[in-house]
Amino acid sequence: MNLLYQIFVDPFVQMGASPDLLVQTLWEGLVGGVLYSLIALGFVLIFKASGVFNFAQGIMMVFAALTLVGFYEKGVPAPLALLLAIGVMYLLALGVERIVLRPLVNQPDIMLFMATFGLTYILIGAGELVFGGDPKEMPVAALGLPKGAIDLKILGGLVSLQKIDIAAAVIASAMVAGLALFFQKTRIGRALRAVADDHQAALSVGISLNQIWVIVWFTAGIVALATGIMWGARSDVSFALQVISLKALPVLILGGFTSVPGAIIGGLIIGIGEKLGEFYWGPLVGGGIESWLAYVIALAFLLFKPEGLFGEKIIERI
Amino acid sequence: MFYREVGQFKTSYAADQAIFPIRQDRIGLALILAVAFIGIPLVGGEFMIASVMIPFLILALAAIGLNILIGYTGLISLGTGAFMGVGAYACYKLTTLFPGVNIIVWIVASGLVSCAVGVVFGLPSLRIKGFYLAIATLAAQFFLQWCFVRVGWLYNYNPSGAIEVPVHTLFGIPITGATAKPLTRYFVVLGIVVVMTWFASNLVHGRIGRNWMAVRDMDIAAQLMGIRLLPAKLLAFAVSSFYAGVAGAMMVFLWLGAAEPEAFNINESFVLLFMVIIGGLGSLIGSFFGAALIHILPIIVRTAPNALGLKIGSATAEHLTFLITGALIIFFLIVEPHGLARLWQIAKQKLRVWPFPY
Repeated sequence: MNLLYQIFVDPFVQMGASPDLLVQTLWEGLVGGVLYSLIALGFVLIFKASGVFNFAQGIMMVFAALTLVGFYEKGVPAPLALLLAIGVMYLLALGVERIVLRPLVNQPDIMLFMATFGLTYILIGAGELVFGGDPKEMPVAALGLPKGAIDLKILGGLVSLQKIDIAAAVIASAMVAGLALFFQKTRIGRALRAVADDHQAALSVGISLNQIWVIVWFTAGIVALATGIMWGARSDVSFALQVISLKALPVLILGGFTSVPGAIIGGLIIGIGEKLGEFYWGPLVGGGIESWLAYVIALAFLLFKPEGLFGEKIIERI
Repeated sequence: MFYREVGQFKTSYAADQAIFPIRQDRIGLALILAVAFIGIPLVGGEFMIASVMIPFLILALAAIGLNILIGYTGLISLGTGAFMGVGAYACYKLTTLFPGVNIIVWIVASGLVSCAVGVVFGLPSLRIKGFYLAIATLAAQFFLQWCFVRVGWLYNYNPSGAIEVPVHTLFGIPITGATAKPLTRYFVVLGIVVVMTWFASNLVHGRIGRNWMAVRDMDIAAQLMGIRLLPAKLLAFAVSSFYAGVAGAMMVFLWLGAAEPEAFNINESFVLLFMVIIGGLGSLIGSFFGAALIHILPIIVRTAPNALGLKIGSATAEHLTFLITGALIIFFLIVEPHGLARLWQIAKQKLRVWPFPY
C-alpha cells in the first residue's frame, strides 16, 4: 500500500508542492529532448535517403565537435574553424559514399548497419589519434554563443534557464525549419524526397543516387556539427558524448525511422519523460534509471504502435 | 583432389542426413579436435592458452548463441553482453548460495537463468521487427546493466561492486579461482564449448533449426506454413540467451576470475555482433572464425609494432586498434559480405575441383 502510494501519489504531491522544481525539471527535459531530436534527425535524414541505419551518427557528432575544437586550439579563429569543420564533414560524406556505400550498394540492411559500425570505430580511432582522448572545452564565447543563466522568479521559486540551452532550442528550431524549407522548396530537396520515396523511380528520372547520398551524409554531418556544438557547450567535448547519442535510438523507434516530425516530437517525449522519471520516480529504485527509462518508454509505445508514432504503416505481403 | 566425395555412397536415410556426410569432413573435424585437445596444450605457452585460446573459445560460444538469434532466426539483438552478464551474475549467486554443488552444474544452470531472462526480453519480438527490435533489445542491455550496478544482492553487497570467483574443484583439481592452472581451465572450457557446439549443430540442422530459418526468410510465409511464430521466436531467444549465459559464466569463472558490471556493457554486445557478421550469418563455423578474427586482431595490432621494433605509446596503439578494426570490418563487408564462412566454402569448392579450374 505504501509502495503504491509512493509510486502513484507521492510524486504528484511533490509536483504540486513545488511547481518551480517541476518547471525546472520540465525545462531540462525539454532541452535534453531537443538535443536528442537533433541526433535523431541526422539518423532519419540518412535512413530516409539511403535506407542505411547510420549507427555512426552519434560519433559523427563527437567527431565534428572535436574537429572544430581541435582547429580552434591550433589557433584558427572560431568562425574559420567552423567552416573548416564543415569542410571536414563534407570530405567525410564524400569518403563514406565512395568507400563504404558505393561498394555495398544492394547489400542487406544489416550489412550496411555493420559498415556504419566500422565507420564508428574508424572515427573513434582517427579522432583520438589526431585530437587526443582527453575532454576538450567548447569555445562557447568565440562562437558567439551566450553564456550564463537567466533566473526567473515564478511560481514562488527560482527557475534557472541556461542561456546556452535557450540558444540550443532556438538553433534547433531554426535548423528544423531550414531543413523543412530545403526539402520542400529546393531542387535538391525534391530529389532527396524522391529518393526517399523510391530509389529506382528516382534513378529512372535521372537523379544520381551517389550525389544524393553525398548530400544527405553532408547534411547529416552539419546537423551532427550543430548538435556537437550544443552538447559540447553543456559538457566537455569527449568521446563519452557518444553514449548520450545512443539515447537517440529510443527517440527513433518512438518517432519512426522515416519521420522528421516524429524525430522531434519523440525526442521531446523521451527527454521530458526521462527527466521526470529520474527526478520523481528514480529515488524509489535507487536512482540512475535515466540509462534505461527512455528505452522502456519507447518499448511501451512500440507495443501499441509497432511502426512508431509517425512511421510509415507497415504493410506485409507474401 | 583431396576433397572429393565421389564414391561415398549412402545406404540409409540416417547416413544421408548426417551432419558430416563427407568422409573428409569427419577426418578434418577429428584433426581439429585432436589439435585442440592435444596439440595446443602441448605446444602453446601460458599466454597462448590463457589469453588467446580461452577467450577465443568463450567468445565463440557467445557468438554461436547470437548467431542462432540473428543468423538463423533473423532477429537482431544488441543485448548479448547483458545476457552474458546475467549468466555470470547468476553463476556467482548460485555458487555463493550453494558452494557444495559442482561448478559445472552451476555454469549450465546459470545458462538457464539467462535463458529465462532472455525469453522475457524476447516477448516484444513478435510485434516488433528489424531495427526496431534491435533497439528494443537495447532496453535489455541498459536495464540489466543497471541491475548489475544497483542491485546489491546480485554481488553480495561487495563494497567494490565487482564479483570475484572463489576456488572450486572438479575431481579434486581446482578449475576456477586463483589457484586454477590455465591448462585445466582450458580443458574445461574446451569441453563445454565442444559439447555445446555439437548440440547447436544438431539443433540448427533439425526441425527446430528449419523452423527458425523459415521464420528468418519470411515470417508471414512461415506462419502460413504452420510454424507458430511466438514459440519459434521465443525458443530462439531462449537458446541464444542460454548460450550467452553459459559463455558469460565461463568468462568470469574460467577466464577473467573477477568482473565488474562494465565487463558486460554495450561494447561487448557490439563486439559479438561483429563476430557474427564477419564470421558469417547462419554458420556455426563462421562464429568461430569471427571470434578468432575479432579477438586475435587487436592482440596482433598491439604486439606487431613492438615485434617490428617500432616504438608507439600504448594510447596510440589503442587508437590504432580502433582504426584498424573499423577499417577491417568495412573491408571484410565489402570483399565478402557473406562472411568468412563463405570464404571457407569457396576454399572447399576449390579443393574439390583442384587441379582443374572448374
